[in-house]
Amino acid sequence: MTWETIMGLEVHLQLATQSKIFSGSSTQFGAPPNVQADAVDLGMPGMLPVLNEEAVRFAVKFGLGIGARIGQRSIFDRKNYFYPDLPKGYQISQFFSPIVCEGIFEVPMEDGALLPIRITRAHLEEDAGKSVHDIFSQESGIDLNRAGTPLLEIVTEPDFRSAEQAVAYLKALHSLVTYLGISDGNMAEGSMRCDINISLRRAGSDALGTRTEIKNVNSFRFVERAIHSEVERQTDILNSGGTITQETRLYDAERDETRSMRSKEVANDYRYFPEPDLLPIEIDEAYIDAVRASLPELPAAKRARFVNEYELSDYDAALLVPDHATAGFFEEVVRLGGAAKPAANWILGDLSGALNRADLTIGSSPVSAEALAGLIARIEDGTLSSKLAKQVFDGLWQGEGATDEIIAKRGLKQVSDTGALAQLVDDVIAANPDQVAQYLAADEAKQKKLSGFFVGQIMKASQGQANPKLLNELLIKKLNDQS
Amino acid sequence: MSISQEDVEKVALLARLSIAPSDLPEVTERFGRVLQLVNELNTIDTEGVAPMSNPHDMVQRLRPDVVTGGNAREALMASAPQKDRGYFLVPKVID
Amino acid sequence: MVDSAVLHASVSELREMLTQRHISSEELTRAFLERIDLLNGKLNAVVTVCAEQALDDARHADQRLSCGEGNMLTGIPLLHKDIFCTQGIRTTCGSRMLEQFIPAYDATVVAKLKTAGVVMLGKCNMDEFAMGSSNETSFFGTVKNPWDTQCVPGGSSGGSAAALAAGMATLVTGTDTGGSIRQPASLCGITGLKPTYGRVSRLGIIAFASSLDQAGPMARSAADCAHMLTAMSGLDVGDSTSADLAVPDFFSELSGDVAGLRIGMPREYFNDDLDPAVRTQVMSALSELEKAGAQLIDIDLPHSHYAIATYYVLAPAEASANLARYDGVRFGYRCADPADLEDLYLRSRSEGFGEEVQRRILVGTYALSAGFYDAYFNKAQQVRRVITDDFRKAFQSVDVIAGPSAPGVAFSFGAKQQDPIAMYMEDIYTLAVNLAGLPGLSAPAGLINGMPVGLQLIGKPFDESTILNAAHRLQLDTDWHLARPAIEE
Repeated sequence: MTWETIMGLEVHLQLATQSKIFSGSSTQFGAPPNVQADAVDLGMPGMLPVLNEEAVRFAVKFGLGIGARIGQRSIFDRKNYFYPDLPKGYQISQFFSPIVCEGIFEVPMEDGALLPIRITRAHLEEDAGKSVHDIFSQESGIDLNRAGTPLLEIVTEPDFRSAEQAVAYLKALHSLVTYLGISDGNMAEGSMRCDINISLRRAGSDALGTRTEIKNVNSFRFVERAIHSEVERQTDILNSGGTITQETRLYDAERDETRSMRSKEVANDYRYFPEPDLLPIEIDEAYIDAVRASLPELPAAKRARFVNEYELSDYDAALLVPDHATAGFFEEVVRLGGAAKPAANWILGDLSGALNRADLTIGSSPVSAEALAGLIARIEDGTLSSKLAKQVFDGLWQGEGATDEIIAKRGLKQVSDTGALAQLVDDVIAANPDQVAQYLAADEAKQKKLSGFFVGQIMKASQGQANPKLLNELLIKKLNDQS
Repeated sequence: MSISQEDVEKVALLARLSIAPSDLPEVTERFGRVLQLVNELNTIDTEGVAPMSNPHDMVQRLRPDVVTGGNAREALMASAPQKDRGYFLVPKVID
Repeated sequence: MVDSAVLHASVSELREMLTQRHISSEELTRAFLERIDLLNGKLNAVVTVCAEQALDDARHADQRLSCGEGNMLTGIPLLHKDIFCTQGIRTTCGSRMLEQFIPAYDATVVAKLKTAGVVMLGKCNMDEFAMGSSNETSFFGTVKNPWDTQCVPGGSSGGSAAALAAGMATLVTGTDTGGSIRQPASLCGITGLKPTYGRVSRLGIIAFASSLDQAGPMARSAADCAHMLTAMSGLDVGDSTSADLAVPDFFSELSGDVAGLRIGMPREYFNDDLDPAVRTQVMSALSELEKAGAQLIDIDLPHSHYAIATYYVLAPAEASANLARYDGVRFGYRCADPADLEDLYLRSRSEGFGEEVQRRILVGTYALSAGFYDAYFNKAQQVRRVITDDFRKAFQSVDVIAGPSAPGVAFSFGAKQQDPIAMYMEDIYTLAVNLAGLPGLSAPAGLINGMPVGLQLIGKPFDESTILNAAHRLQLDTDWHLARPAIEE
């Protein structure tokens, strides 16, 4: 029996506004409990919500970013349930008329194809607070700092067929929202949370199976693992003739399995009704046009432009674009005179490696775009070989100074003087007659290999500073002259 | 359309109210009388009438995205029934 | 010694006395505090007295007055219905749930009246969470009508109405969701106004039904209500439903001229169900206005009889959500030794809320629940629009709509407790006005067997001036509003 996996994703995205969606409290992360929760956030008697204009703008930006229809008259509704981190006993959300309606988000897959995912809707709502269960022995502690933070809930149709697709979507979403500047989309910090609705159906069938919901998965890796373990669990049940219970589950990373959420067992009838303390949000064409005009170049467009303008490969472009800061760094290097292809190589190679090892983002790179551009220029003008350049890069990273200073201090200028190089070649040829004879007797393929010996010797003698290209030309010529 | 005691109990649970078994019959009976009153709504045809949430045709005002007010924790938590180290406390919840 | 006449003096009269230094605000305040002390044991109209604070405020008012500063309301003693949050002063909403609740903030209305210079004497008793028409549901006990202490004062602003009628303050505040200012004003013989929805900010007022609640003035005359309304009104950006409209000086708009005023009399209000004695008084008041030049015109409000069903779906529904925050977690009543979270919720709420509140929460929850939303809540919202359209059409041919404020005079305690519907019917003339968001007032229209009855005047949206002016005219030509209960005996 083959089973097809059908999934829909709901992403809760924290919007990066300064203040909360319905109150003037700060949204900054990491404050001591309840110092960023005012009377409105606490749901104190008599308190009323007032809508943050930036949250509206961010939602519209998102809608335009995925080419969706904007809900020009959207309404807030109350979603009613009891939980200690929900101070009013209801969440202000949008149920009947969301601010962003249907759209299609094209997800770039690793093989270069674009996977079209239908976005059902995206709506604004307020976040709940947090409960902590491990500080007090007999009690749970409630911290309402997070209560009232603006969220954009993005809902897809059940268009996902694999964990790979789900992860690709989340990465592309992360990229889009950072480009739009509406969220830092950080799963680990909780600013992007993913719920996965997952069911299985017989391959070839049209009917959908019973689905479960896996809530609040907070990393790309866990998304992948959660999906795999839930698919496995459902497959086992279905193959042994059982049925799936519709329920909410949590992914336990330590055990690598999903388990049922006990506290949500009580059936929830949310009793949605229009929020009487808020009025309909009216968005006119002029507003939409203004937001559209303010949109930055989005990842898809930037990828295409990088390929056309800089003649980068699709592959390189696909790697440079997702992180907004990296794409910006690349363009800055090029703007300052670095050639595009080498710039891409250095950024994706050595710089990326060094940043990862030091756990830094490109924004905190000790090697500036200007410095990298200068380094690339010195390679292009023959001062440095690629190999020597790596040493200079290390110097830049350690903060030893500017490129030319490092070259001078470390004596790394490559030798390109043909006279000096010829001398080196002559010396090595003279000192190694057996190898010369071996070389001359060999076929072309073997000759290529054997020439490496001489290159090695010359590099040693020149402390790596021989210009490899020129050296090679001279060496081959002189070796052939020996015959 | 009347309502059963079972239904009243279900509604009570949704609203987190507990009704003593001895009170349930009377609560149900009175609840039923209110339902009888509001069932009058069934006798009016409202085909095509838009529901009214707010009596005037007002639209939502927007507030600038500015942080107002600082740390009011002490004042606001003064009435808290149980608190410690800045947290509101409730009996432990197991997720 | 202060002449007890000041206890029933108008704002204008007191203003004159204060300016002329015939009396100080401190003396005035003391007189009212003594009055409260004397009568509150019998009437139970006041829940919290703020004697020290009041005298302090009075002394400040006197200072301002002596410098020639201050305005119409400076130094005037006032009581707030205990639904308005008052910073640092207990605010109970008539409930055990908030018996110990001390807000860290003032309601906007409280702040505005404070700025206007009033002296707050204390907080008035009320039906629990504003749900009731007799002030019999309060956790703090029933309030007695000063006209007959065997009778109810009306509700939910029963404490406010009784206190004013008994001379415990010059001005009182109330709130009105289905008639809670107008009906008690009628039963206690005072003037009370529910402004147009959005005229007065709801921020800091403990919410009952968000799309129906409005705060308003209650006083001994339309003129005094006008002074208060000006001070209370205005845009509040903290309340999204607050209207961005200029606030007129309502007092200066009182010309007393009603020549040509078209007063609509709905056939549905003046039908055979109307008590004959009430009809007589209401017609008596209307003929006074006719004599002064107004025109009485028969009109129809064909869907009036749906108002009660509509209201008793929408108000409980909104209330069921508004009262969900009372869960024993962050403030308010918490049960003893909760076993777990569910126990905390169930017992805190069941012990903290009274019977009527619980009933309405149940009804409201039901009306919103899966399978019933369309038939009840959505349907009621549609009927709300139909009812509102009735008024809109009627106002094309009239300026004001008149009728009784309540179906009868004050009834005895317990008389309407057997059937919740009997109590709900008290608001039969007032409910539709909240559904349509219109301004409405009740003005005294004489006595029936020694008990007050009220005339209700309903205005166009944001046209409080016209109904205040008509009531003012009535009060220039008659002295019904000057009648006082003989409470000392």
